[in-house]
Amino acid sequence: MAAAGLLLFLLPLAGLIIRAPWGQVGPALVAPETMTALGLSLFCSVTATVVALVLGIPLAVVLARTHGTLRSLLRALTTLPMVLPPVVGGVALLLAFGRRGLIGAPLYQAFGIQIAFTTAAAVIAETFVAMPFLVIAVEGGLRSMDHRYEEAARALGAGSWRVFARVTLPLLRPAIFSGAVLCWARALGEFGATITFAGNLPGRTQTMPLAVYVANETHPEGAIALSLILLAVSLAILIGMRDRWLGSL
Amino acid sequence: MAGIALSLHASIRVQRNGFALDVDLEVGAGETVAVLGPNGAGKTTLLRALAGLVPIDGRVELDGEVLDDSAAGRHVLTEHRRVGLVFQDHALFPHMTVLDNVAFGLRRDSSRIAREWLDRAGLADKAHAMPRELSGGQAQRVALLRTLATEPRLLLLDEPLSALDVTIRAEVRRELSRQLSGFQGVRILVTHDPLEAMALADRLVVLEQGKVVQTGSPAEVTARPRSRFVADLAGVNLLRGRGRGRHVELEGGAMLTAAEAGEGDVFAVIHPRAVALFLAKPEGTPRNVWRGRAEDLDLQGERVRVRLSGTVPLVAEVTPSAVRELHLDSGAEVWVAVKATEISVYRA
Repeated sequence: MAAAGLLLFLLPLAGLIIRAPWGQVGPALVAPETMTALGLSLFCSVTATVVALVLGIPLAVVLARTHGTLRSLLRALTTLPMVLPPVVGGVALLLAFGRRGLIGAPLYQAFGIQIAFTTAAAVIAETFVAMPFLVIAVEGGLRSMDHRYEEAARALGAGSWRVFARVTLPLLRPAIFSGAVLCWARALGEFGATITFAGNLPGRTQTMPLAVYVANETHPEGAIALSLILLAVSLAILIGMRDRWLGSL
Repeated sequence: MAGIALSLHASIRVQRNGFALDVDLEVGAGETVAVLGPNGAGKTTLLRALAGLVPIDGRVELDGEVLDDSAAGRHVLTEHRRVGLVFQDHALFPHMTVLDNVAFGLRRDSSRIAREWLDRAGLADKAHAMPRELSGGQAQRVALLRTLATEPRLLLLDEPLSALDVTIRAEVRRELSRQLSGFQGVRILVTHDPLEAMALADRLVVLEQGKVVQTGSPAEVTARPRSRFVADLAGVNLLRGRGRGRHVELEGGAMLTAAEAGEGDVFAVIHPRAVALFLAKPEGTPRNVWRGRAEDLDLQGERVRVRLSGTVPLVAEVTPSAVRELHLDSGAEVWVAVKATEISVYRA
């Protein structure tokens, strides 16, 4: 069974490599459309990860400190995007931030600001889908943490903010890091919510997964080349960060 | 801070998951009190309550300042109490150097002051080490320095030596004793190790099942144990019964003859060395003689402790040669004798 599981992962990867039109990878990489999509993908996924860190860590702290029904409720709410089909997430985002949405309509009427179908929308869609991974990882880290360090810090006269900044946060670093990596990887691969909420506008919202999808419709060989580039970039970044930041992950 | 009399008045009640802690504690300036008790007696909860980490019913007053008063709804947060708490396994921040650990609680000029503390303790060369590079004894000293550097008014030590290797305990204990005597505030340490308590404390408070069962100087407490736990620590036999003139009627029905027994509920203490064992029934002086059976033997240094069952269950301490002569293997039957003058009786 384990071998079958492994095969399920290996075969598509093998297909991608064996069927790759290697001669096209180089030209595809330097093609301006590819560079634009790749740059946009990296920008959106990194921005989404930063937003997830800023919003997700406080959320994880609140989650880790609540108990009972409230906790179950908050937890269900934060993990909802993990189980929701991304396309449904995109529709929901449209209903909230779209030009006729809950928040989107007043924003548009008052300031003429439109969120949907912009790069900001792509970042929001990626954050929506990927942040739960960070929250879950950080909350787990908080729950399994040895709280005597925080108590020792308080006994030494440190107030809550100082305890959090100097003791809790540094001790959470491994959990934050692994959560951020998962979050970033999920954001990089985001497709459904992005295409629904942000559209497929080259240079503005067309990230690599969208470009791969479009290419696959017209000339599949180009799609394979783009896929290989995306695979190589994400692997290179993952390995690079791992060596640099964490020996133990 | 020198010269100012600091004192602690605490009356603490904590109810939690079927466990109840109910302790009244008065500690004077410059006094070291050891809270001694078996595991689960509530010692650590008491320390945490004093540090403000556990909500209590009752009142805590330190040096005239009310830190807790549940009746008045007053609770001073841990970080504002100026109470030093040293954890059992030190809780040095693993991501900071030794210097940063000691400097953590200092506000102004923290790095220079921390360095001075390390210099004085002979730990200057460890300033830039990480806690995981320290030996157990060094970690203990750094944890204490880190707390002392904040100049707390009350020093709380939770099992300060228990995380250490037995071989270095004596040395660290001497060092700790020296540092404690240099500290002006109120000192409370929690321990289940009687040696630690006697070496470091002026006064013992014995805690069992959340309640104080005995308090006094180490000599007083061990001379007149009031519970099985203390009797075991002191290594003596503790019996309970009713005094009738020169006799004590024990709970099992047996009678002891003592020099002086008094009336009413009493404790009787018999040192194991005062319990004599014979093959044949002894004649003459000993006033208390009965049959006993050796249940098991325990070699302690030059002596052997023999646990006896029978009319009065006791522990006797004999020489290894006596073990051979009396054939004291498990199950051996012997005569047990205790002189009346060797039994000390006091009111329960």
